[in-house]
Amino acid sequence: MADKQYKLTFCDGSGCLKNHAREFRQLFEEELRRHQIQQNVQIHLSGCLGMCTKGPILIVNPGYIMYGNLRPEDAAEIVQEHLVNGRPVSRLIIQEDHLYNRFFRIFGDSEFFGRQMRIALRNCGVIDPEKIDDYLAMRGYEALAKVLTEMTPQQVIEEVKKSGLRGRGGAGFPTGLKWEYTAKQSDPEKYVICNADEGDPGAFMDRSAIEGDPHTVLEGMIIGGYAIGSRQGIIYIRAEYPLAVQRLKKAIEDARREGFLGERILGTDFSFDIRICLGAGAFVCGEETALIHSIEGFRGMPRPRPPYPSVSGLFGKPTLINNVETWANIPVIIIDGADWFSRIGTATSKGTKVFALAGKVRNTGLVEVPMGTTLRDIIFGIGGGIPNGKKFKAVQTGGPSGGCLPEKYLDTQIDYESLAKAGSIMGSGGMIVIDEDSCMVRMARFFVEFTQDESCGKCTPCREGTKRMLEILTRITRGQGKPGDIEKLERLGTMIQKASLCGLGQSAPNPVLSTIRNFREEYEEHIHQKKCRARECTALLSFVVQDNCVGCGACKRVCPVNAVSGNRKEKHSINPNLCIKCGQCYDACKFNAIAKV
Amino acid sequence: MTQNQTEKLQAIREAMLAARNDAHPESHLIGILHKVQDVFGYLPREMMDEVAQTLEIPTAHIWGVATFYHYFNLEPIGRHVVSVCMGTACYVKGAASVLETLKKELGVEVGKTTSDGLFTLQEARCLGACGIAPVMMIDEKIYGQLDSKKTVDIINQYRKAAAEEKSAVGAETRRGKP
Amino acid sequence: MSRLITITINDKPYQVEPNQTIMQAADKLGFHIPRLCYHPKLSIEGACRVCIVEVEGMKNYVASCAFPVSDGMKIRTNTQALRTARRDIIELILDNHPQDCHTCERDGNCELQRLAASMGIRARHFEGERKRYEKDLSSEAVIRDPEKCILCGRCVRMCSEIQQVHNLTQAHRGFHTVVMPAYNMPMGESVCTACGQCINVCPTAAFLEKNYTQELFEKLNDPNLVKVVQFAPSVRAAIGEAFGLEPGLNMEGQLIASLRKLGFDYVFDTQFSADLTIMEEASEFLERLQSGGVLPMITSCSSAWMKCLEQFYPDLIPNVSTCKSPMSMQGAITKTYFAKKKKIDPRKILSVAVMCCTAKKYEAARPELMFDGMRGVDIVVTTREAAWMIKSAGIDLVNIQPEEPDHPLGISSGAGAIFGATGGVMEAAIRTAYELYTGETLVDIEVEAVRGLKGIKEGSITMDGKEIRVAVAHGLGNACRLLERVRQDPSRYHFIEIMGCPGGCVGGGGQPYAQINSIPLDDENLRKRAQALYDLDKAKTIRRSHDNPDVQKLYKEFLQSPLSPVSHQYLHTHYKAKTPVGIIPRNERTLSGDSK
Repeated sequence: MADKQYKLTFCDGSGCLKNHAREFRQLFEEELRRHQIQQNVQIHLSGCLGMCTKGPILIVNPGYIMYGNLRPEDAAEIVQEHLVNGRPVSRLIIQEDHLYNRFFRIFGDSEFFGRQMRIALRNCGVIDPEKIDDYLAMRGYEALAKVLTEMTPQQVIEEVKKSGLRGRGGAGFPTGLKWEYTAKQSDPEKYVICNADEGDPGAFMDRSAIEGDPHTVLEGMIIGGYAIGSRQGIIYIRAEYPLAVQRLKKAIEDARREGFLGERILGTDFSFDIRICLGAGAFVCGEETALIHSIEGFRGMPRPRPPYPSVSGLFGKPTLINNVETWANIPVIIIDGADWFSRIGTATSKGTKVFALAGKVRNTGLVEVPMGTTLRDIIFGIGGGIPNGKKFKAVQTGGPSGGCLPEKYLDTQIDYESLAKAGSIMGSGGMIVIDEDSCMVRMARFFVEFTQDESCGKCTPCREGTKRMLEILTRITRGQGKPGDIEKLERLGTMIQKASLCGLGQSAPNPVLSTIRNFREEYEEHIHQKKCRARECTALLSFVVQDNCVGCGACKRVCPVNAVSGNRKEKHSINPNLCIKCGQCYDACKFNAIAKV
Repeated sequence: MTQNQTEKLQAIREAMLAARNDAHPESHLIGILHKVQDVFGYLPREMMDEVAQTLEIPTAHIWGVATFYHYFNLEPIGRHVVSVCMGTACYVKGAASVLETLKKELGVEVGKTTSDGLFTLQEARCLGACGIAPVMMIDEKIYGQLDSKKTVDIINQYRKAAAEEKSAVGAETRRGKP
Repeated sequence: MSRLITITINDKPYQVEPNQTIMQAADKLGFHIPRLCYHPKLSIEGACRVCIVEVEGMKNYVASCAFPVSDGMKIRTNTQALRTARRDIIELILDNHPQDCHTCERDGNCELQRLAASMGIRARHFEGERKRYEKDLSSEAVIRDPEKCILCGRCVRMCSEIQQVHNLTQAHRGFHTVVMPAYNMPMGESVCTACGQCINVCPTAAFLEKNYTQELFEKLNDPNLVKVVQFAPSVRAAIGEAFGLEPGLNMEGQLIASLRKLGFDYVFDTQFSADLTIMEEASEFLERLQSGGVLPMITSCSSAWMKCLEQFYPDLIPNVSTCKSPMSMQGAITKTYFAKKKKIDPRKILSVAVMCCTAKKYEAARPELMFDGMRGVDIVVTTREAAWMIKSAGIDLVNIQPEEPDHPLGISSGAGAIFGATGGVMEAAIRTAYELYTGETLVDIEVEAVRGLKGIKEGSITMDGKEIRVAVAHGLGNACRLLERVRQDPSRYHFIEIMGCPGGCVGGGGQPYAQINSIPLDDENLRKRAQALYDLDKAKTIRRSHDNPDVQKLYKEFLQSPLSPVSHQYLHTHYKAKTPVGIIPRNERTLSGDSK
C-alpha cells in the first residue's frame, strides 16, 4: 500500500448511496482504467461520514482533499485534473471540519479505521493523553468555553436533547431527558458522576477512551455540571485500570491548573471540581444505584427505583450519572451541533457507538461506527471476517447481559431497538464473534459463571437462581444433562429476568435464553445424545486414533493415565474407559491422527 | 516496616483525619482501604479497627465492605503464590500427595500464608499442562512431574534466593547505600 | 388531607392516598401481598422479591414494598405468572435451606414455612449446592445458625437502624453472603447486647435464644433441689399468644398454676421484687437529689441496656443506679431471706426466672451479681421456652384454674405490674419517690406523660415546689439519642428510665413470635400487652410499691432499710467499661436517623 501514489476513500454510507455514490464510483473506476492508472491507486470504502446532504463524498490522500456534491460527470474531471495532472479541482472541494475528521485524516486509509467514524474516540491515538496542550490543539475545552459564555443551562440541555444522544452504558436512556430531570430538581446540592466501572469481560471501550483522551470526559462532565446546576463531579473507575486512573489524575491536575476546573471557571461564576473514586472489584457496581452506594462507602448493592438518582441519588441528592462514552460525545455535540449529530445513525438511535470487536474475527479492536451499521458490515467489513476458513456461527453482543445472534440476524442494523427485538441488547458495546468451533452451551455457561460470581447476593432470584442455572449448565456440559433441563432453564431464566432487583440479575439469563432460542439443537444434543457438535465439551468427546496413525508413540508418552496402547510403527489405540480427556495426546500428535468425536 | 511503608501509613492517618471533617466521611472508606492494602498487601484487622475508630464507622460495617469487594485481601499474600493444580490428570498422577507435602513443608493450610511471608499456598483449576502432571505453578512458572523430593527441592530454591537477596540488601545497608 | 388518587388493582378501581407504596395501599384495602424482607419499622430493601406485582407499563415485576402508587396506575397482584414466580422464588430459598422442619425450633411458627405452604409447593425443581456454616453458640443469650438464614436482612437493619448497636453485617457476596458480626467473631465476644430483637424479627430459626429447657426439665426432676421460679410482668401479658390467644390477655393465674404443675415448689412473682427495686431506687434517687449526687440518675433494670452503656457510654456509669434488676434482686432475696426463713440450704435452691428477655440470660451469668459464691438466678428461660415446656408437659394453660403466687415473695402492687411497659418503671418510681419526699399522697398516680410508644418521652413533676424533670426511652437507638442529650446538657433531666427493647419489656427478645396474621413488634400488639399491665395495675388495691406489706416485712425482718449495708450487699452492684472489638466513639453524628 505504501507505494500507491493515491489513496482514495469513497463514502459508502446509506446517505451517499442514496445519492448514487455507487454509480459515481463505477464511473470513476472506468475513468481510472481509461487512463491506465488503476494500479497506482488504493480504493477504500468508508462508513457514513456524516455529510449525507453533500454526498457522494470522495476523499483523496495525500492532502486529505475532500470532494462532495459529486455528479457522474465530475468523475472524469477529477481523474484527469487531480490524479493525472496533480491539480485538485477546487470547485468540487468541500471543507467540512468536524471534530472526528482529524482522526480520519490520519488513519482513514486503513481498512480497519477507514470504515469507522470516530467521534467518541476521535483523539485516541492522535494526541498525547498526558498533554493538555494536545487536547487544546484539537479544539479541546472550546465546547466548555462556548457553553459557559454563550449558552444558558437550559439551552445546553435542549441541545443535548435535540442531538438524540442516548446513554452509552447500555440502558440507552435519552441523555437530554436525564439531564432535564436532574436540572429540574430544586436541591442546590447535586452531583455529576461518570460511570467508568467497565466490568464486562472483553469490553475495553471505556478504558481506551480514558487512557487515550481523558480530557474529553472531564469536559463533558463540566458541561453537564453547568447544565444541571452541580458543583461536584465524581469519576467512579475500576481499580483494575491503573493507567487510566493515573492519566485521569494528571488530566484533572492539568485542568485545574489551566482553570478548567475549580472556582470561577474561565472567569465565570461557575465552579466545578472532579474527584476520583476507585472501585474495588465488583462488576455490580456498574449498576447506577450500586455505584452510588459504593461511593457512599457501603457494600455495592443496588436498591429499588424509584426514586431514581436524578431525584435522589448520591447522599440522597439529585445525581446525574452517565457512562464514559456518553460524556465523550458531549463536546462534539456542542461544537459540531446537535443537528449534525442527529443526522448520524437511525431514527431512534443517533450518533455512533463504540464496539469492542473480539473473538473469532480477523481484526479485533475498538470499532466506532454510526448506529444503523449492520452486524455484517462490522464483522465482515471492518472485522475482516472469520479467519482460518471457518464458518460464522453467532455474534454475542452486550457482554454477559446480552444474547447470541445467529447468521439470520447479520443484516440487523444496529440500534437499541433492533438488537432488543433480535433478542439481545446493545449493552456497553461488547461484540464477540463465534465460529463453528465454539459450543453455545459452554458459552452460555461461561457468562452465567461470571454473573453468578459477581452477583451481589441481595435478591433471591439472582443470588439463588443464577447459581441453579449454572449448576444445570455445568451438568449439561459434563454430559450429565437430564430431560427437562432446558425447560427448567427457560422457566428459571424468565423468572430471574422479570423478578430481579437490578439490571445484573434481569439480564443474567439473556445468554442462556438466547442460545436456547437460537441453538436449541445444541442443547438437545448435549442432553439426549451426549454430543457436543463444536467438540469443546471434553466430557462429551472421545479421542479416537485415526487410520493415518504412524505409530510414533508420541501420544503414548504424554498420556498421564496410560490409556494409550500400541506398538511402534503400528496404529495405536485409546482405551475410552481410562481416558480422562485431557487432550494431551491430541496436542502431541504431529500427524493429526487423533480425532475428537 | 520499611521507611516507605511508615511514610505511607502516616499519610493514611492524615487522610483519615481529613475525611473525618468531611460532610460524608464514609465516602472515603473504600479509598482509605485501598491505601491500607497498598502498604500492607492486605487489610490487617488492627488497621480496620483503627479506621473504624478514626472515621467513626462501625467495625461490622467495615468488615461488610472489605469482604464484599474482591479486590481486598483479608489475609496476607506471600511473596510467592504456590498453586497446586487439582485438575483430573494431575489428581490421578498424585497431586494430592504433592499438596500434602507442601502443607507439611510450608506449615500452612490451603489459602494461608507462611509466617515468614514468603509463600501462599493455593489450589488451582486445570493449568493445562497435563502431560507433565502432577503440576504446581509458582507465580508464573510451571513445575511438572513432581514428587515429594522434587517439590521440597523447588521450595528450597526459592527460600535460598530470598535469603540471598536479604543478605545482599543487608550488606548494602551496612555499606551505607539507601 | 391530600387529594385522593385512583389506582386499579386486579381490574377494580380504588381511591387511595398518594405518597405511599403499592403494598401500603393494598394492605389498607385488604389485599395481603406476600412478603419476607419487608418490615414497617425498618428501611425498605426490596430484596426478597416475594412481594412482586405487575404494573402496567413496566417491563418487569416491581417490588410492591418499594414502588410508589401514582394516579391511574394499573396493578395486578395475583396473576398466574406472578404466583408461579413467587413460588419459584420461595422454592429457591428452600433449596438453600436445611430440610429439617420437624426438628426445628420454629416448626409451626416460621414465616418461611407459612409462605411455602401458602404457595402450594408440591415438587422441587432446583436442588443443588446448599450452604454449610457452623452454628455460633458462644453467647449466653442469642445463638446464630447461618444455614437457616434467608438473607432478608431484617436482623442487620434492626440491630443498626433501631438498636444502633451495629453488631451485625452481611459479609462476602453473592451465593456466599452470610450475616455475621465483624470478622466473624463469636457473638459472645462481640458488641452484641443480647437484646434479642434479631430473634424477634427473624422469619426463620437463624437466630434463637440459647435454650435451657432440657436442662431445666432434668433439674425439675431432681428431688434434692428446692425449685423456685419467678416470672416477669411482661410474661403474663404475652404468654397467652403462644397458646393461640389474642394479645393483651393477662394469664397470671393460669401461668402460676401451670408452673406449679411443671414441678416448681415455689412460684414467686418478679413484680414483688419490682416493688423492692422501687424502694431501693427511689431512695437512691432521693439521696442523690438531696446530697448533690450524680444526676441524672439512669435506671438499670434492662440488661441489654446495661451492656450497651458499659460499651458505648462508660463515661456515664456514675449516673447509673447501682440497683440490681428486679430479677436479680429476687434471686438474691430467695437465696438469703427466703432460704433462712424456710431453713433451706441456699445451695440446694434452683432459682429459675421466666423472662420476656434474652439479655437476662446474659445478666444472670454476670460475675458482679454473685454473692456468697452463688448466682442469684441459676437458669433463665424466655416466655417462648416456658410456653414450650408447659405444652410439652401436657399442661393446658388456657383452661387451667388460676392460682395465686406463693409468699413471701409473691404479692405485688400495681406499680410493680407496670414495670413491663415503657415508662412503667418511671411511673412506679415517681409514685414512691413523691410520697417519700413530700410525705403526701400522690393523687394522680397514673402519669400519662411517660406512657405510650413515642421513642423518647419527657415529663416533669413538682415535689414540694421542686421541679423534677424525667425522660423515658425505649429501644437502644432511642436510648443512645437520649444519652447524647445528657452528654450535651447534664442538667436537662434528673431521672431517666431506659428499656432496651422497643415498647419496653413487653417487646422483649424472648416474647412469643408474631402470630399468623401479625408482624413482629406490631405496635398494636405492644400496646395491648402494655394495656394488660396497666389494667392489672388499676385492678389492684395496692398500687404503690411502698405499700406492699411483704416488702415492708422484708425490710423489717432482713434488710432493715433501703440502702442499708445489707441492701447494698445483696441488692446493689457495680458496672465497668467493657471493650469488645467493635466499640467506636458515639456522638450525634454516628447515631443515624431520628428517634422512632
